[in-house]
Amino acid sequence: MAAPLPAARAVANATGDAPSAPAREPLARLAQVGKTFQNGVEALRAVDLEIRRGEFLSLLGPSGCGKSTILRLLAGLANPSLGRIDWPATEHDLGFVFQEPTLMPWANVFDNVWLPLRLQGQSRATARPRVEEALAQVGLSGFDRAYPRELSGGMKMRASIARALATRPALLLMDEPFAALDEITRMKLNDDLVALKCELNATVVFVTHSVFESVYLSDRIVVMAPRPGRVVAEVAVPAPQPRNEDFRLRAEYAELCRETSRALHRAMGAEPAGGETGSQ
Amino acid sequence: MNRDRAIRTLLPALAFLAALAAWEAIVRINHIPPVILPAPSLIGATLVKDWPTLSGSLVVTLSITLEALVAATVGGTLLALLFAQWRPLEYTFFPFTVILQVTPVIAIAPLLLVYLTPGEAVLVCSFLVAFFPILANTSLGLTSVDHNLLDLFQMYRASSWRQLLWLRIPAALPYFLGGLRIGGGLALIGAIVAEIAAGSAGEGAGLAFRIVESGYRLNIPRMFAALVLISVSGVAIFVCTTTLSWLLLHRWHDSARRREP
Repeated sequence: MAAPLPAARAVANATGDAPSAPAREPLARLAQVGKTFQNGVEALRAVDLEIRRGEFLSLLGPSGCGKSTILRLLAGLANPSLGRIDWPATEHDLGFVFQEPTLMPWANVFDNVWLPLRLQGQSRATARPRVEEALAQVGLSGFDRAYPRELSGGMKMRASIARALATRPALLLMDEPFAALDEITRMKLNDDLVALKCELNATVVFVTHSVFESVYLSDRIVVMAPRPGRVVAEVAVPAPQPRNEDFRLRAEYAELCRETSRALHRAMGAEPAGGETGSQ
Repeated sequence: MNRDRAIRTLLPALAFLAALAAWEAIVRINHIPPVILPAPSLIGATLVKDWPTLSGSLVVTLSITLEALVAATVGGTLLALLFAQWRPLEYTFFPFTVILQVTPVIAIAPLLLVYLTPGEAVLVCSFLVAFFPILANTSLGLTSVDHNLLDLFQMYRASSWRQLLWLRIPAALPYFLGGLRIGGGLALIGAIVAEIAAGSAGEGAGLAFRIVESGYRLNIPRMFAALVLISVSGVAIFVCTTTLSWLLLHRWHDSARRREP
């Protein structure tokens, strides 16, 4: 495993315009979390995971390894069967971006982005500056009156991200948000996400099954194995944020991709902890 | 585009006129007596001559149909909302609505006539047939909401009232309008069938009764004239519900999307 380079972090803080916040304060902590579904499938076993303020954390693994389950647990959409989730920080507003844009088709872009604020009791007029700011952040200024069906796949996803950002969440949860998009759109959105993350100094937990995407985006990659879902490796990506196209051409990037790939392959070949054969 | 639209309007109109002309020609050439098959021109003349009688019946049938449709819409929608908010209610009462739906209304009508006045019985029959599609469709719509959106509302701790108002009801709208279109057509059919079963004469006689009555009197042109009015009513209801559906959905729903050729 590559040793984290403290120097890289220092460079990031010096060159990036993001405030050099105490970057490693924990925001959420999963302690020995297990999740067994009602149908008996063990989705997660003994997961220990810390999410630190300001980091971009990727959960990488094959399908069925419980990546999405971790997001659902963090979002409070499901409860752990075993273990617990602590939130050391007092405020932990969440934003959630799904694999599909999941916009309300009957509402225009403005009303879709307004929704989280509206559910907090903000009127249209009160919410307007914040909604317009969120739309500007994802590059959708001027599209507030468009209906979802009038937008391309990438623009729908941008609207979905704007909605997740509307409440200025402390933690942004993203569940394979770009998996359904074409390569070109995905790369553009990756770049924009990196820039946005630095601009907002946000904390992001990003679920993906792409090694390249995870290395490009993350400060830290947690590699997971299936049946039962568990954490098997962690890869630090010490390159400074924000990154750009040049990063993809660097030897460091290629080396980190190889390392992450190897970790993933080991994860897929690995026997479940305790030597049991996972029941499916 | 404009030419395409003109052809789309012109072709069915021409086909309709051609059919009427052929009908007229066959009747005249073969000297078919009106008591067997009246010519379209005679049906038109009868429509004008008997308008005072027929218009009264048209008003009776149409008002019963509309009252039944309004009642079915309000009742079906409210019950669907209750079912969606409280599922045990659905398990308990849905079988009853199915029984009412699958029992042919023509078989229920004579029984209703024992307990109700003919006018009320016709209204109830019309209501019964229009009610179910509206209830079933709206119920389906209220429960077929995108699960991710439900998760989102749950994550933002939305009350179930807001979830209903801002998520389930808009999501159910296309389904409800589909049910309304079916229910609108069925309300007229229910009213006509029940009128025939009730056979009420005099003031409260609807168009269906005029058909039966004219049949007894061998006044075949008037039978046809009443039939024309029923068809026109059915088309009018269809146009109204379709227009309403278009108005509410065309901005966002795929069903109202016009595809470029």
